[in-house]
Amino acid sequence: MAKDNFYSKKVLKLFKDQKHFGKIKNAQGIGKVGNPMCGDVMKIYLKISKNKKGKEYIEKIRIETFGCVAAIATSEITAKLFEKKEINKVLKELNYKKILKEVGGLPPFKIHCSLLAVDALSEALYNYFKKSKKKIPKILVKKHKRIIQIDKNIKEKFL
Amino acid sequence: MPIQNKIYLDYAASTPIDKRVLLRMEQFLKYFANPSSIHSLGQEAKKLLEKSRNEVAKIINAEPQEIIFTSSATEANNLAIKGIAFEKGKGRILISSIEHKSVLEPALYLKNKGFKVKFVPVDKYGIINISKFKKMLRNDTILVSVIYASNEIGTIEPIKKIGEICKKKNIPFHTDAAQALGKLKIDVKKENIDLLTGSSHKIYGPKGVGFLYKQKNIKLTPLLHGGGQEFNLRSSTENLPAILGFAEALKIAEKERKKETKRIKKLRDKLIKGVLKTIPNSYLTGHPEKRLPNFASFRFDFVEGESIVMLLNEYGICASTASACASKEITPSHVLVACGLKPFEAQGSLRITLGKETKEKDIDYLLKILPLVIKKLRKLSPYGKR
Repeated sequence: MAKDNFYSKKVLKLFKDQKHFGKIKNAQGIGKVGNPMCGDVMKIYLKISKNKKGKEYIEKIRIETFGCVAAIATSEITAKLFEKKEINKVLKELNYKKILKEVGGLPPFKIHCSLLAVDALSEALYNYFKKSKKKIPKILVKKHKRIIQIDKNIKEKFL
Repeated sequence: MPIQNKIYLDYAASTPIDKRVLLRMEQFLKYFANPSSIHSLGQEAKKLLEKSRNEVAKIINAEPQEIIFTSSATEANNLAIKGIAFEKGKGRILISSIEHKSVLEPALYLKNKGFKVKFVPVDKYGIINISKFKKMLRNDTILVSVIYASNEIGTIEPIKKIGEICKKKNIPFHTDAAQALGKLKIDVKKENIDLLTGSSHKIYGPKGVGFLYKQKNIKLTPLLHGGGQEFNLRSSTENLPAILGFAEALKIAEKERKKETKRIKKLRDKLIKGVLKTIPNSYLTGHPEKRLPNFASFRFDFVEGESIVMLLNEYGICASTASACASKEITPSHVLVACGLKPFEAQGSLRITLGKETKEKDIDYLLKILPLVIKKLRKLSPYGKR
């Protein structure tokens, strides 16, 4: 794990070398989450296709991030990990512990940044299912409700 | 000359020890004896201690018995604020809304203990609102504390004016001069200052030493009880080598102040002009003129400060930010918010502080790199202007 107040080499490398940043025109799914208190914002764009087995997968992920080193690094690793993956696998594997492990840990007070990437991707998938009028998987509905509620709580409490 | 091959532009955070200071400290390391001992070695140490006290006092126009050496500026701020509060037992404390944490936190601690603590508002440059301040003074006000010059934006406060107002109302006035000492002419008598905090490692002295000037009629309750050193206000065996180094550093700073101010201001103004000209949506924070000579502080739209600092670091440049992401807080800098900035605006802050080793070529290099860094980060940002 990264030491308190210090970033691992892997985090710094991901921060410096982003390959998944930008927009996707006519994206099939867009997810935007932020922390209204500190102002960090993450936006994820998805292009979804079907693979040879006929299963839906994420063909392309692009991300835009306004935030710190941890937020930028976790956006990049999230895109790297889940691009080209089948959606049902993404739903199973998407959690912040996995992201944290992949970046080699984050200082304790930076862990919320890794949540931001997980939430943005799950919101983008939620948006995809909703827009394409498909049945939204339960796990995404649950996460969506939680994200909206947290946002509301923070706004009521602090802004 | 770059420090360890880096371009160090974070002199407000700390400074390297001046060679002349180090030399003096080394010379006196052999004076190990306790200044409280009555034998000859102890008395030699005592003599050196009092010489340093005299030197410090003279520079800020105080009397030697009004200088209390502490372990840090944080300790001096705590001693001033809690010392007055514990002495009075109750009452109202006014502090500016742009104080350093080492004033803010003791004040909040006291608030928790039942004291009334109020924050004096500032304008968009961070300068205290005098008319509002006057209205906030009450009969039960036991202390006013206003930072001499901001550690985040470099704005210099109207200390003399505040001192006058406090004197008329007979209210003790404390100022945290950790950033201002050695850079501005300070005269505690002319400026009607009752308590003033100074720091050594901000002026090329050693770490682990600071002082509190306390006007002789002000009464404080000590934080440390013990052997009764420092006029019974700060028990602990005195850190003689550090104190000697501090006094030497302050003497050098004062001697070279005018010349160095002129040199560094020129570099700072070149930097400010260059940044505002070459980077779109960039802004100076703090007052354009009433600012410390070595301070340049900015904010940039659409990007976050910690990312800026870490990318600059990749190019060998050491700078600082007040962004929430760079601290352990969730909310952005209280100083920038007090100046009227929205949280997401305060997130894009960058503090560049110059010092003795800063050369024109360092500023030229920064002016070349910073626009690239901002441009790169804006490309990643959803708000981004590309």
